[in-house]
Amino acid sequence: MLFSITVNNRKITAEKGETILSALNRNGINIPTLCRMKDFTPTGACRLCVVEVEGRENLVTACSEPVEEWMNIRTHSPRVIKARKTIVELLLSKHPDECLFCINNLDCELQRLAAELNIRERRIKGRKIKPGIDQSGHSIVKELSKCVLCGRCVRVCEELVTVSTLDFINRGQKTRVGTSMNQDLNFTSCINCGQCVNVCPTGALHVKQNITEVQEYLSNHDYLKVVQYSPMVPLAVAEELGIKAPKDIDRILNGILKKIGFNKVFLTGTGTDIMIEALAEEILKRTDATDQSPLFVSACPAWVKYAEQSLHDELENLSKLKPPQQITGSLIKTILSKQLGIKPQQIYSVSVTPCTAMKFEARRDSMMTKGICDVDSVLTVRELVKLIRLYGIDVSGTEGEAADEPLNVRSALSVLAEVSGGITESIVRKIFFRLTGKDADRKMFRNIRSGGSFREAEFAPGGRKIAVAVVDGLSGLPRLYQSIASGRKYHIVEVMVCPGGCVNGAGLQVCMSKEDLKNRVKQIYQTEESDILQIETFSRHLADFRGKYLDKDELLKDKKILHTYFSKRDVLL
Amino acid sequence: MKKNEKATDAIISRYKAGRRDDLIPLLQEIQEETGYLSEEAIRKVGKLMGLSTTKIYGLATFYDQFRFTPRGKYHLVVCNGTSCYLNGAGAIVGKIKEELGIEPGETTRDGKFSYELSSCMGGCMHGPILVVNGKYNLKLKPEHVQSIIDMLRKESEKL
Repeated sequence: MLFSITVNNRKITAEKGETILSALNRNGINIPTLCRMKDFTPTGACRLCVVEVEGRENLVTACSEPVEEWMNIRTHSPRVIKARKTIVELLLSKHPDECLFCINNLDCELQRLAAELNIRERRIKGRKIKPGIDQSGHSIVKELSKCVLCGRCVRVCEELVTVSTLDFINRGQKTRVGTSMNQDLNFTSCINCGQCVNVCPTGALHVKQNITEVQEYLSNHDYLKVVQYSPMVPLAVAEELGIKAPKDIDRILNGILKKIGFNKVFLTGTGTDIMIEALAEEILKRTDATDQSPLFVSACPAWVKYAEQSLHDELENLSKLKPPQQITGSLIKTILSKQLGIKPQQIYSVSVTPCTAMKFEARRDSMMTKGICDVDSVLTVRELVKLIRLYGIDVSGTEGEAADEPLNVRSALSVLAEVSGGITESIVRKIFFRLTGKDADRKMFRNIRSGGSFREAEFAPGGRKIAVAVVDGLSGLPRLYQSIASGRKYHIVEVMVCPGGCVNGAGLQVCMSKEDLKNRVKQIYQTEESDILQIETFSRHLADFRGKYLDKDELLKDKKILHTYFSKRDVLL
Repeated sequence: MKKNEKATDAIISRYKAGRRDDLIPLLQEIQEETGYLSEEAIRKVGKLMGLSTTKIYGLATFYDQFRFTPRGKYHLVVCNGTSCYLNGAGAIVGKIKEELGIEPGETTRDGKFSYELSSCMGGCMHGPILVVNGKYNLKLKPEHVQSIIDMLRKESEKL
């Protein structure tokens, strides 16, 4: 039901049941918010969105108050502005004056609010909080002194990721965001997905930076510097730089990486292709043997850690294949060292991804070959853009270059791995191609491409039956178990921790609305459709690649280095 | 330690799974029995309630009554209510700190002593009050603290 309310002496329409804030936003009236997150239940904790409602003695929080017909609202009256300003001043009273050195400098909501509300002096002096920096994790750094206790990370960790690693500890003035028994992040149930980093309005939670070490190695001539990047990265770099992605952005990125100082540029997509091929083989084998247990895809490192700590019974069903980044990493070191006659230790291998958990993944014991890390450093897309800016590289003036042999080609299918359900789709399409000699119709996959956090479908390539389940965000996990408990059997189960898949990773620019996210997903599907290397052409290429590198090499032939293992983790859940 | 674990299990077995309104009474009972909330106890309670341990830790730290380190053999409680404070409870606390080298809520390394502050105990005319394992010492002066602690030390050595 629509009705009209008065806002700042102007009539606007509002809908019954919505909040004041949503009515205001729909009509183009902006008021500041801090603790609010779209699609989450409002808490009204920060009180920055207060407005004056005639007839009410106190100011009202617009984010949580339902709009009503009689309301006469003033959004920017002197009283409201004074209240908002005081709130931010109080938040700043405890905040360290480190903005110039802060990782979120110029990209901080608190900073923006202070500027918007025209705060020009430290009117209120509070006792500073101790720095309390927790650098124990490989992916996420927590800095207590910068926290404003908005509670976004706590809510995301509980409601979206459903891991609940973070919560408010203590009470009153001593309240802070912490973990169970005050453990450091590395020892907790944190799965490194970084969704909390995405929503943090300050620099209190941020991604661990590996830029400095990469810089150091880049200037060291004793090493061969190589880099790999995942299919999402070129688009994301363009987005982060604020330019429209040119058609040959992939080739331009290769040029940029060479300019930065990398000797060779490879594609993570090749690793994805090898993984998809191997998984398809595995599934075919399982359907032949009518193996009943489902195969859990282990490409999402956050999901792998979650399984290791919470789902001990499922561990044996986890695919033992390394994830794409590590496959590519181990191939780079083995093939290159042989080709160039150098030791694997002399190769410094960097990976650029949209994911924060991959920083953790690269440091796992099980991701090494003979004691040497497959991937030495992992950069997020945002870190790469920082490097591009640091070295002053003119993106529009950079000429496109091809990636380097041997990992220089990726198929159209590998792009799909960046979205939730994509790996499943690729595997099924690969099986279709294997059995029928033709690519499957894309329309068949509509059910697993979108539609809630738990999606399932059944396919019948070449007379076989393949049932798949896609869990898009861990909130869909209970439904998977319900379904399995009710007797459903799946051949492939794909779990992605970030809702939407890697396109929503914490290494990318933050997606503030669902439309942004949909746009990214659309871009991925478009890239897949327009890519020249469709399944047929690529199969021939992959066969070549196998014959040339994989089958010749003793080490690679038994595929041991492409496999990994998982072990139970004992953490406080 | 084994004894504590058994006691915790016995208490938990009396509660129903998933009933979150029982959480605080359950934690209180465990603390009363074992003296503190151990990591293991929190883990077990979390499993019973279907809550993450962080949530339980967050809730327990909200209240002053819960502690997460074992109590010492001798647990001292100093009344820090207004009346006792005005009568010099601060000096008592200072003396304890000096003597034991620990902060409120902590336990000495040898596991003999722990102390904590309490809000008003209701004995305002007798303040400052120091309670040692449930035994009340009234109208205390700082110099008494020394002798009490010395006595307790001797006592524990005899055992």
